[in-house]
Amino acid sequence: MVDFTLWDILRNLLLAARWTVVLSLIAFVGGGLVGGLLLVARLTGGRAAEHAVGLYVQVFQGTPLLMQLFLSYFGLALVGLNVSAWTSAAVALTLYTSAFLVEIWRGCVASVPKGQWEASGSLALSFGEQMRHVILPQAIRIATAPTVGFLVQVVKGTALASVIGFVELTKAGGMIANTTFKPFAVFACVALIYFVLCFPVSLYAQYLERKFHGHRR
Amino acid sequence: MRIEFDFMAVLSQWPLLATGVAWTLALTAVATVVGMAVGIACAWARASGPAALRWPVGAYVELIRNTPFIVQLFFIFFGLPAAGVKLSPETASFIAMVMNLGAYSTEIIRAGILATPRGQVEAAVSLALSRVQVFTRVVLPPALRKVWPAMVSQIVIVMLGSAVCSQISVQDLSYAANLIQSRNFRAFESFIVATAIYLVLSIALRRLLHWIGPRFLFGR
Repeated sequence: MVDFTLWDILRNLLLAARWTVVLSLIAFVGGGLVGGLLLVARLTGGRAAEHAVGLYVQVFQGTPLLMQLFLSYFGLALVGLNVSAWTSAAVALTLYTSAFLVEIWRGCVASVPKGQWEASGSLALSFGEQMRHVILPQAIRIATAPTVGFLVQVVKGTALASVIGFVELTKAGGMIANTTFKPFAVFACVALIYFVLCFPVSLYAQYLERKFHGHRR
Repeated sequence: MRIEFDFMAVLSQWPLLATGVAWTLALTAVATVVGMAVGIACAWARASGPAALRWPVGAYVELIRNTPFIVQLFFIFFGLPAAGVKLSPETASFIAMVMNLGAYSTEIIRAGILATPRGQVEAAVSLALSRVQVFTRVVLPPALRKVWPAMVSQIVIVMLGSAVCSQISVQDLSYAANLIQSRNFRAFESFIVATAIYLVLSIALRRLLHWIGPRFLFGR
């Protein structure tokens, strides 16, 4: 019987971890773009846009990511598009990320004091100018820490893409555990690699939180 | 090209779906009760416990919070047998969910504990309350009241995360949906129905917890 060393296991897991990182970045950047558009729609559209975006957020926050991935995988196939696990995982994670980010950012824009709106309005700035010159710079300062914190959730969310067959770290771990009959070592390594990916981001988010909000204590 | 949906093929399997909902709720209930107890204990250890206890608890919390739930579940179900501990799928799921909620609620409750004004503790001590009484009657209820929205959100997140337990063949709602679609090939209808049920469950759970909190846990 072939004997697999720890380095054999780690090497293959690290190769698969590339895809975790790539999928996380695609979901985070794509989700940020879609979330930004939704935020603009929510702020400038009327009550209808507010309700629509609110419903969108409620659906994505109130249903399991696993179900969203399944629906994206089977649903897109229904419409006739021949989707790989990659595409459907990217689409599902992008929409999931956009829902959470638009909610985070809406909260940050809402936490800018109302006096700022009133003062800039009394200086005859239009809504767009108010957003660009007064509100958004302050909102972005507040939003940086929770947005970076959410990146950790995105990285953990990519682990679920393994269920629809996308070969990233978790799926590779399962496959390697089946081949080597060493599930303890393999899944411990998988957890370790996720920890090494996520923990620095968590620490950075905590640092940002202290830097921008420490003065409020 | 016309797409025909056949929801009756899925809804006629309602006993399977009902069993799935029951299992999901059972997993969530156990995770909530035991997980919150673990969270309260670990939050106390991290906030005001002996120094020797803080480091292991901190390591546990950071390890759980920075790894995906599915990896924790697979480690407990697939990895532990290699070290001699064989668990049934249901037991492994309960343990994984308790550990998961325990870690997150530790941080949430610790934030509440740290927000307790020192004057409250000093007043309680000056009234000759024991340390246990100070913690359970003076520090904990206001802390829980302050962090209850965050705690409710986390419990809902854990309930939605329980969908993953279907991957180790616990017969929860996702498992039921998977089983139905594997039999009648109505994948889209099956998952839409399950997703809708999860949405209803999350809304109902949120309402229920917001009702339970003030009545039974920390007073109005």
